[in-house]
Amino acid sequence: MEENIEQLTEQKETSPKFREGVLASLPIFIGYIPVAITFGLLAKSTGLTLLETFLFSALVFAGASQFMALQLIQGGAEPVQIIIATLIMNFRHFLMSSHLSTIFPIKEKPWLIPFLSFGVTDESFAYFSTSKHHRSADFILGLEYSAYTSWVGGTIIGYLFGNILPPILQASMGIALYALFVALLIPEAKKSLSITLTAIIGGVTHSFLSWLGIFSSGWNIIMAILIAASVSTWITGEKEENE
Amino acid sequence: MNNINIIIGMMLVTFIPRCLPFLAFSRLNIPRPLKKFLRYIPPAALGALIFPGAITAIPSYPFAATVGIATALAFSWFREEISLTVLLSVIATLTSLYFLGY
Repeated sequence: MEENIEQLTEQKETSPKFREGVLASLPIFIGYIPVAITFGLLAKSTGLTLLETFLFSALVFAGASQFMALQLIQGGAEPVQIIIATLIMNFRHFLMSSHLSTIFPIKEKPWLIPFLSFGVTDESFAYFSTSKHHRSADFILGLEYSAYTSWVGGTIIGYLFGNILPPILQASMGIALYALFVALLIPEAKKSLSITLTAIIGGVTHSFLSWLGIFSSGWNIIMAILIAASVSTWITGEKEENE
Repeated sequence: MNNINIIIGMMLVTFIPRCLPFLAFSRLNIPRPLKKFLRYIPPAALGALIFPGAITAIPSYPFAATVGIATALAFSWFREEISLTVLLSVIATLTSLYFLGY
């Protein structure tokens, strides 16, 4: 009985948190739509069926690697090559989840780990790592799965109706993903010079490695992230002892 | 069918890196230097995600892409509104493409 009461009061407290998470996801929700529509469009022109396109977004839920996979499928790559390239590309999520595991409230609800971690994307990560209003699992789930709905929904819309859009608009939407990253980064960069520098080192290192062209793009981004974060940790070493 | 295999494989190699740190790190106490390193992962990742990808976002029109990303940078510096930033960036890119005769 006591347990029942506890569960009831918990529900009363947590369900508004879920709604708050959904509301907080609105910018990501809107930002995803042009990117997802572009993915749906490209998947169709690559020759995927509607079901395959839907499963891509619903099961993989990782924008950059989905675009990469389309390119590789079109180029006739072997499935194994595509899967290895995806592993390398998405290994950055390992770094992101490592950070989030220090701030997510998972100790009380370990059974939620698969659901919370499935929703970790570049965008949700950027939100969680830069905002402090997420110390509840319901808030996190609300934000992640609202973004998920937008990604999957946008993919289907793009597949079915993307061709209606004028070609110049279809091309312009290619910038949306990057504008989304910028909008997530800048508010943080304004707060601290060391964060700005870290981002610049990350961008410059990645550009340099891409220009070199020695490693695959998946490795390039992993090395760029590791180098930028290490350099910043090392430079600021003694200064920010209190943080 | 081949594509379904690719999708299932991609799902596994995407989900495992996302999930593993939660299972491993939530049981450990992370030493301070590592915590600090992890704190710098977000800006490092965002910087690397934006560049050089943003410049090549519109195939064979790097100038239009640059205008779009510069618009996003400038606007989000003054107003922290994510969806408006995305919208204006797309409009700026569209305008440049129009004048470039796309």
